[in-house]
Parts: sequence; C-alpha cells; structure tokens
Amino acid sequence: MAIAFTEIQETIRMVQMESLDIRTVTMGISLRDCADSDFEKVKQNVYDKITSYADQLKPIAEQVEKEYGIPIINKRIAITPVAEILGKATVDQAVELAQTLDKAAKKLGVDFIGGYSALVHKGISKGDQTLLDALPRALSVTERVCASISIATTRTGINMDAVKQMGTIIKETAELTKDNSSIGCAKLVVFCNPVEDNPFMAGAFHGAGEGEAVLSVGVSGPGVVLNALKRFPNADLGEVADIIKKTAFKITRAGELLGRVVAERLNVPFGIMDLSLAPTNATNDSVAEILEEIGLESVGTHGTIAALALMNDAVKKGGAMASSYVGGLSGAFIPVSEDNGMIRGIENNSLSLSKLEAMTCVCSVGLDMIALTGDVTPETLSAIIADEAAIGMINKKTTAVRVIPVIGKTEGDVVEFGGLLGRAPVMGVNPFSSAKMIQRGGRIPAPLQALIN
Amino acid sequence: MKKRAVVSVIGKDQVGIIAKVTNVLAENKMNVLDISQTILQDFFTMMMLVEIESGEDLDALLQQFKEIEKELGLTISIQLEDVFQAMHRI
Repeated sequence: MAIAFTEIQETIRMVQMESLDIRTVTMGISLRDCADSDFEKVKQNVYDKITSYADQLKPIAEQVEKEYGIPIINKRIAITPVAEILGKATVDQAVELAQTLDKAAKKLGVDFIGGYSALVHKGISKGDQTLLDALPRALSVTERVCASISIATTRTGINMDAVKQMGTIIKETAELTKDNSSIGCAKLVVFCNPVEDNPFMAGAFHGAGEGEAVLSVGVSGPGVVLNALKRFPNADLGEVADIIKKTAFKITRAGELLGRVVAERLNVPFGIMDLSLAPTNATNDSVAEILEEIGLESVGTHGTIAALALMNDAVKKGGAMASSYVGGLSGAFIPVSEDNGMIRGIENNSLSLSKLEAMTCVCSVGLDMIALTGDVTPETLSAIIADEAAIGMINKKTTAVRVIPVIGKTEGDVVEFGGLLGRAPVMGVNPFSSAKMIQRGGRIPAPLQALIN
Repeated sequence: MKKRAVVSVIGKDQVGIIAKVTNVLAENKMNVLDISQTILQDFFTMMMLVEIESGEDLDALLQQFKEIEKELGLTISIQLEDVFQAMHRI
C-alpha cells in the first residue's frame, strides 16, 4: 500500500523535532573460548576476538543510519561476564584485562564495552572474588569499560556478603576517581534479577544462554511520547495509555527494522529489541516531563507512581505488539542525572530518594545515576543496595543501583559529569546507621512465591 | 536491486527549491517517481519518492544536500521507504 503524505510527515517530525533515535546497537560476543592457562594468551584472545567480530559494527551502523535517516546514537559491545574467564588470574591481571577491553573499545570506536561483570547472587567463586577486588582500580584506569554485579535474584535471595563488599567497592571507586567527580561509579551497576540480554549500559553483558554473537537494539523516544501526549491535553487516562502504546509501537517498528538490517549486514543473528524510554539531557527528552504531562505539577509528588506504572505498562504493550523479540529491560529508565525533569524535581524538593526508591517498584530499573554526598559510609551504600535488591527480589523484577558518592560534595551541590551522563544535584542520605545489619553478612533467603501479599 | 527512498524538504518558501534539489538527484542518477508539495504553517514542505540503486554511496548526495540546506536555509532528509512501511503498516 502506498504511504500517505501524513505518515511520511509524522516520521520526519519524530526524527527531526522530537528526537526519535535508535539509542543503541549492542553486539553481544561470547568470550568463553578465550580462557587459557597462560594469562597473556587470554588477553590476546579476548582482544583478537572482540576486534575481529565487531570490526564492522561502527561503519555499518553509520551507513544504515544514513540510509534510513534515523540516528543510531551509541554503538556498544557486551561480553561474557569477565569473572567467568578469569580462572586463576591475579587481581593485577584482572585490571590488565580491563585495560585490554578498553583498548579494544577505543580501536573499534565503540562508546562502551559492558560485561566486566560477576554473578554472585548465591555465592562467590574464586574468579568472582578476583574481579570484585579488581573493580575499583579497573574502573579508575579505564574509560569505556562498564561493570555490573548481580547480588540477588528471586530464586536465590540476597547475597549479603556480596552486598557488604559492594558498599566498600563503590566507595573505593569514588575515592580513586575523585578528581573526576567520582565518575568511576557511573560505570558500575549492582543488580537484582539481571537480564542477560540487556543492550543498555552500564548493565549490559552477554549472559549464559546467549549465542556466539548477537546484535541487540535499544530504542528510546521519550520526546516522541511527550509530543504525542501534548496533542491530547484532555484525554482521559485510558486514552493516555492508548496514545503511549501506539507511539511505542511505531518507535519499536523503526528500531527493529534498523536493528535487523545492521544484524544482517554484520552477518550475526538479531537478538532482542529493548524498548525503554531512556531520557537524555536534550530538551524535551525526559521521562519526568511525560509524567508531568500526564498531570503532575512536579515529578515526585503524589500520583507519580501511578503515572509511572501506567506509562511503563503502556510502553511494554506497544512494544510487545510491534516486535516478536522484545527483551532486555523494556519499560522506562529513570536516571536522575540524565533527565532534566528529574533534576528539576529534586531541585524543587518534590522528588526525594525515598520516592525514587518507591518508583523503582513499577519501572524498569532502579536507583540510577544518583549523586550522593561524598561522606556516605560504605555500610549505608550497602544498605541502599540491600533495600533495592529486596524490592526486586520480592516483586520478581529487575532492580539496580547505580549511585555515585561524589567525594568532596555535600547535599545541595550540583555535579557535572559531562556528555551523556549529564549533571545531578547531590542528595543526602538518612543519617542513621545500618552498619550492624550489614556487618552480619550471610544470605537473605529466597522469598516464598505462593502466598503473595 | 533498486530501492525506493523518500526525500523530504522543509523550510521557508522561496524560488528555486525544487530546481536545486531535483538537480542534485539527477546528478546522482536518481529517478523521481512522485512529488507532492504543500505549504504548512508558512513552511514549504515537499516529499519526493525517488528510485535509487541499492548499495549506492549516499555520502556524496548528502554532502550536496548539505550545501543546499545552508544556501537556502532548508532541512533536507532522505530515508529508505522501508522505514515508513515498517512504522505505519502492520
């Protein structure tokens, strides 16, 4: 059927005025066959495999971007969780491997390489511990390496020994990168129930059950949804959900088309579509502003969670109809530093850390890109992680913590992270200690899933 | 294999827009199949359906469009037709 003039106009408007873009194409690469008893060889294998598989990722993505006139913002790589190939390596060697990954990412021109990761939700193996010990240094000497640690799942409970370590690791990473606004912490995510096919950083990794190499796509478009809603200021909430659903459908269809073309040209299978409303610092590209358009005076006020739940579900429904392979985290990200509306909410005092925690019960991820006061204790960080993990564990969903204790800053200061990572007002934490609970360690048992109330 | 693409031109109405754009297309051996044009809220809006050879290097074309964009204050884009089909057709 011929395409109508209005449809062409709509697509062009979405791209040119409402910042519709393909947020990321991520190539997942398995590194399991890179293990070797000689660590020098491991490094060489890893470098060679990544640079040969992803050699054409950037040029092909750029070519497709031109042909279809829709920008592909980030080109990224996700790899097998590195802890799985560390074997008997020392901490120093693990840091060297991170540098190897950084070198490969720079050579290929990709923005980030994710998968400096360990899954320790039930127990910590030798390789996992090496990786944990190496994390602060690895994150401070590299630019493009992203790390994620799984510390809890609904089936295993919460590994509080790992949670305890993560508090210290985040604090140490902040110290080591304090000359640069503690930026190292922005590349580290602590997960409960991580998904293994997530193309979004910093939590991306190429998990068990994935093939040799795969291409996944992350699509976004808060601007497009916001503008669609603006055209219907008097719609009731059922209609609002419908508008979001239809918009999500169109965004997903465009994303899947481009993703499939890139995958085909790279000669790797197409993985999943992750349709997540992920904000950027561009004007009108904000999840918080969508919530405000639904009818909140300032994000964080009463009704925020209901609006977020409505939006998140509508996004998933539209995406699920548009693509057969919707996966990843699909829904909405609510990072603070990358979302102008969220930043404003905190400055207005309408949005607090507790409200953000509550919001994570109904949306994709968790406490994301939140700047905390530099003097926060490791135990408090661990306790924040434990709270967030508990939300994910009980609700059978993914939650994550990516907080940045900015050394030398206190509540009310504003930190500039630069580029995509944006800027964030520093938030205070509850002054009362959680140290005794964290010191206990052990594992919080997995929850019963039958008597759910 | 030949492919179809949509060229869109948006900007302030003035003399010579169609001539300049179609000239570039002709230089790049792209056949124009259909043109529709309208004035929307004072903005000149033109959509053209063109036929291009598959695998064609778009760099030269985009570069030439950029010059016209600068000269006449327009926004010109080219997108393969598939993207409209994918977004608006189930």
